[in-house]
This record gives sequence, C-alpha cells and structure tokens, in this order.
Amino acid sequence: MKDRFNLYRFASPATFYPLAGALIPYFVAVSVVFGLAGLWLGMLVAPTDFQQGEGYRIIFIHVPASWMSMFIYLVMAFWAAIGLAFNTRLSGMMAQALAPTGALMAFLSLWTGALWGKPMWGAWWVWDARLTSELILLFLYIGYMALTAAIDDQRRADKAGGLLLLVGVVNIPIIYFSVKWWNTLHQGSSVNLAKSSMATTMLWGMLLMAMCFWMYSIAIAFMRVRTIMLERERHTDWVRAELADKIPGGEK
Amino acid sequence: MLRIITAVIGRDLRLAMRRQADIVSALFFFIIVVSLFPLGVGPEPDLLRKLAPGVLWVAALLATMLSLPRLFADDHRDGTLEQLALAPHPLGLVVTGKVIAHWLVSGLPLALIAPVLGIQFDLSSDALIILPVAILIGTPALSGIGAIGAALTLGLRGGGVLLSLLVLPLYIPVLIFGAGAVDATVTGLGGEGHLSLLAAITFASLGFAPWAAAAALKIALE
Repeated sequence: MKDRFNLYRFASPATFYPLAGALIPYFVAVSVVFGLAGLWLGMLVAPTDFQQGEGYRIIFIHVPASWMSMFIYLVMAFWAAIGLAFNTRLSGMMAQALAPTGALMAFLSLWTGALWGKPMWGAWWVWDARLTSELILLFLYIGYMALTAAIDDQRRADKAGGLLLLVGVVNIPIIYFSVKWWNTLHQGSSVNLAKSSMATTMLWGMLLMAMCFWMYSIAIAFMRVRTIMLERERHTDWVRAELADKIPGGEK
Repeated sequence: MLRIITAVIGRDLRLAMRRQADIVSALFFFIIVVSLFPLGVGPEPDLLRKLAPGVLWVAALLATMLSLPRLFADDHRDGTLEQLALAPHPLGLVVTGKVIAHWLVSGLPLALIAPVLGIQFDLSSDALIILPVAILIGTPALSGIGAIGAALTLGLRGGGVLLSLLVLPLYIPVLIFGAGAVDATVTGLGGEGHLSLLAAITFASLGFAPWAAAAALKIALE
C-alpha cells in the first residue's frame, strides 16, 4: 500500500465507516451554527415584508427544505448512476441512506407551504405546478423506499432502486413542465443572483438556513449509512471487530 | 431487428388470444370505473362534461396498470424470460415487442370503447373524435413506462401494489396532456398542441423505456 492519499480508498465500507463517524460531529456542529445564525437573521433581524407581513418568515424553513428535497434526489440519482456503472457497494447504501431525509424534506416543504398558503392564498392546498411537482417528488421518494424495502436481496435492491432513481430523474423535468403548463399560481423564484427581489438580510437568512439543512442532511445520512453498513456487512471481520468492544459477549 | 419484434408481438398476441377473458375483464374494469362517476357525483350534464376527460383518462391509466404485472410474470415463471434474455437478440428489442403487444391488447380496446363512454358523459362530437385519438396516442407511453415498473417488481411479494406506487407518478404527464387535449377541445381551444406533446412523450418512452425495462429484467434475473 502506498501512503499517498487516495479518495477511492473510502469507497470501501470498512474505511468509510470510521471516516463517516469522525465527520458526523463536525457536520452537526456546523449545521447548528448555521441554523442558529440563520434563525437569528431570519426571525429577529430581517425586516417585516410589506406585503406578506410576518407570515413570510416561514420561507426560512420552506425554501431550504424545497431545495434540499430536489438536491437530495439528484444526489441519490448520482450515486445510483455510479453504483450501476461501477458496481460499487457504497453507492447503493448512500442512496438508501439519503432517501428518508429527502422524503422528510419534501414533506416539510409541502407542510410549511400549506402553513404559508393559508394566510397568503386563503387555502391550505392549491393544485399549482410547484405544489403538484413537489408532491410527485414525495411520491417518487416513497416509491423508491417501498421498492428497496420489498426486495430482500440487497444487491438487487440497490440496482433496481438505482434504475428507478434514474428513470425518475429523467421524468422530473417532464413532470415539472407538464404541471407548469397545466396550471400555475405559485410565485416565481425570489432568488436571483444578479437582481434579487428580496432584502439582503432575508436572502442571507435563507442561504444560512439552506446551509444548515444541507449539513444536517449530510450528518443524518452518514449516521444512517453507518447503520446500513453494519447491518449489511455483519458477516465481515471489520464489523465484528467494530462491535466486539461495544457489545460484551456479542459477535464472536 | 424487425423480425424479432414481430415474432415477439405475434407470440404475445397468440397467448393473449388464448386467454381472452383477461382482455375483456380489463376492458370491463375501465367501463365500470367510468360508469361509477356519474353515480357518485350526480347526473348533471354540465358537470359530467367537465369531468369526462379526467375521469376517462384516470380510468384508462388504472385499466392499463391492471394488466401490467402479467407482462413479464408468466414468462418469468415458466423460464421463457431467461431464454429470451439468453437469445442473441438484444433484450430491449424483445421488450419493445412485448410492450407493443401489451398496448394492442390493453390500450387499443380502451381507445375503441372510449367514444361510447364519452356519449354517456354528453361530450360534443369534436371531443368524441379527439378522445379516442388522444387515448390512441397516449396509451403506448403507458405500456412503455409500465414495462419498467413491471420489470422492477418482477417476482416481488406485493408486486401489484408496489407497481402502482412506482408507475402512477410517472404516468402524470400522460394524464395531463391526454386529458388536456380533450379538455381543450371541449372549451374550443383545439387540442393539437396537447396531442403533439402526447405523441412526443409516447415516442420518447417507446424508444427508451424498453431498454430501461431490459436493464431492470437483467437485474431481476441475476
């Protein structure tokens, strides 16, 4: 073994397990710092919106959750593509570890959107393009989790789930544009790098919250992938060694 | 290339013809679901005319889904599928043939019966022409996308329910443009734009979906 730093070394669960474990506290800490800063900026500093009043402040949860729900799906599809192309074990585990967080984000986005929609539009739910495509995204997450849960053979579960993710990723733009042309009420995106329609403090609050959600997602996905690794690799020596000092008289 | 597709179509059609009850029951499922709506929402012609495109399309989606689990299951059970996968022809072409055969026995009858059901919903004569055309153009996409789901859930317990969970979200664009074409005709806007998009989805899914389904079959057969 050469001593040179090699990123591919961490494609093996045995080496990634301790790395993920070491990184989790940092991601949690960064997430908390960003979250506190974002909440402080969003709840206390940012001015009240002249049109929407105080109710607009829910976007500090709503927008980051929506971003993450879409981003996590893309990351899962990326891991699925890697897993199908290079037949790596870790990719499927990562995709499965990310799925519940993605579904949670999609659900949060819909839930906070409903809370925001009631005072602003006067309805909990409208059949608008963005709401509908977010709902379909939630369905896709649930479909993926149901499929991987139904297959007992983990290798097949990873591959079949990966294929479904790739099919879904092709479909997302189609679904998005089809529902967009079909009906629309949701306001356009307020974030624009060149010319933002919102106050700078609001934008910063939102970006900080987005970072907080992002770091949280990584931390929680690492925690989940560690359990998945232990479960799947339980017949290997490194898991036995790992567990030997945790459970007295456990795995021999 | 064409020979293997036509051979698979011919074989699947012959098999379907020996079990005509399956085709007829899916068709009657479609008719019954559509007939339930006027009973549920009341017989006002204005309301029914508004509901008709969506109701007919949702029923068509469900009726197509009903026969999807059998697309590969019978061949899987008796080992034919493995032989087809071992054949020198690309598995994607075999799946293309099966998708076309599936459409001929599930999508085509729906398009033929749809105008009769449209009359029950008091659709105008323009809409009665567009409706079967839209179903004719849209249902091949349903068979194609459905084949991916059928291949992914091959041999799993609770496959049927899982299949609907996977496939129905992906059917949404077809539903929107299919119902949109009829709806636009009813309101006098003309459904050509929707029909073009529907045709685009159908061609894209007929081109790509069989290969994705073939990849899924190979995963299932491993």
